[in-house]
Amino acid sequence: MKWETVVRIDLRFPLLAVAVLLAAGCASERVVLLPSSDGRPGAVVVRDAGGEIRLDRPYAATARRVGSNETYQASPEHVEERFGAALAAQPMRPKSYILYFEVGSNQLTAESQAEFAKLRSEVGERAAAEVMVIGHTDTVGNAQGNDALSLKRAESVRDLLVEAGVAGEKVEAVGRGERELLVPTADEIDEPKNRRVEINLR
Amino acid sequence: MLLVLGICGTAQAAESAGMIKTSKGMVTLERDGQKLIAVVGTPVLVADKLRTGSDGAVGVTLRDSTLLSAGPNSLITIDKFAFDSTTTDGRMSVGVRKGTLAVASGKIAKKTPESVDFHTPTSVLGVRGTEFVIEVGDGRED
Repeated sequence: MKWETVVRIDLRFPLLAVAVLLAAGCASERVVLLPSSDGRPGAVVVRDAGGEIRLDRPYAATARRVGSNETYQASPEHVEERFGAALAAQPMRPKSYILYFEVGSNQLTAESQAEFAKLRSEVGERAAAEVMVIGHTDTVGNAQGNDALSLKRAESVRDLLVEAGVAGEKVEAVGRGERELLVPTADEIDEPKNRRVEINLR
Repeated sequence: MLLVLGICGTAQAAESAGMIKTSKGMVTLERDGQKLIAVVGTPVLVADKLRTGSDGAVGVTLRDSTLLSAGPNSLITIDKFAFDSTTTDGRMSVGVRKGTLAVASGKIAKKTPESVDFHTPTSVLGVRGTEFVIEVGDGRED
């Protein structure tokens, strides 16, 4: 009796997997892990009724169909053949910028004015560009005043982009005050690297 | 009265998830039973379905910088998406019903990978900050 129970449990998961695949119209499914653009190691874990497969090397792949579950090493050519159209439609990579300000003001430093010119031309090159601007301050002054100053910095960058022809509703500006220091300091410290806006262009 | 207002509020508040950045051939967005032509610049909302024709391909950038792009004959569903751009907290769930999808994961997957999933008719994918492709076929081709 005990033996029978054990056999039944062993069979249940593969049968369920087959049943689900049949219900999905004889589906075949494939997942391939790609090398990440920033070079950091990544992984994908594929879970189904039959268990779990972890893909953690570039081009590691799994292909599943009724009654079979194959793990293999794909090639760039194989990926191009099956996924070329999807990869060709990939949007441009989002890009980050940091612009720095003169002490206590919303005036960009000379270096950051040059950096802003790069941002502006890159915005112009993108279809349907969207920009997120997050303003920050150093710890000079009180928290409330710094909330206002950080927002003023973000809004001044938005205004510069709008002057350059970017639609205002495509640019979101928020201020974080002195909450997120790039360089941790004590209170009332004049730190140029903390007087900044962080920009995400996508 | 309050209840009615509440329901209307929910229906209108479909949250912005991202935007169409590339579009080629026949690409439609299905929203509340309506079909929209998905041109570059069209916002993508939570619960939208993206469909490409036999000549179609589409690229979407989600608000957390996740890149999604689909090849021909695909059906992709944006089932869940929430993202706070100042704290980078959020969660997302995207479905591939058929076709091909390429993914470059974004800020949510970087901060809280457990809040991100991609799913197919038979499986669920967990993501550890990375790039990958998914294909869901009908089993006849190869």
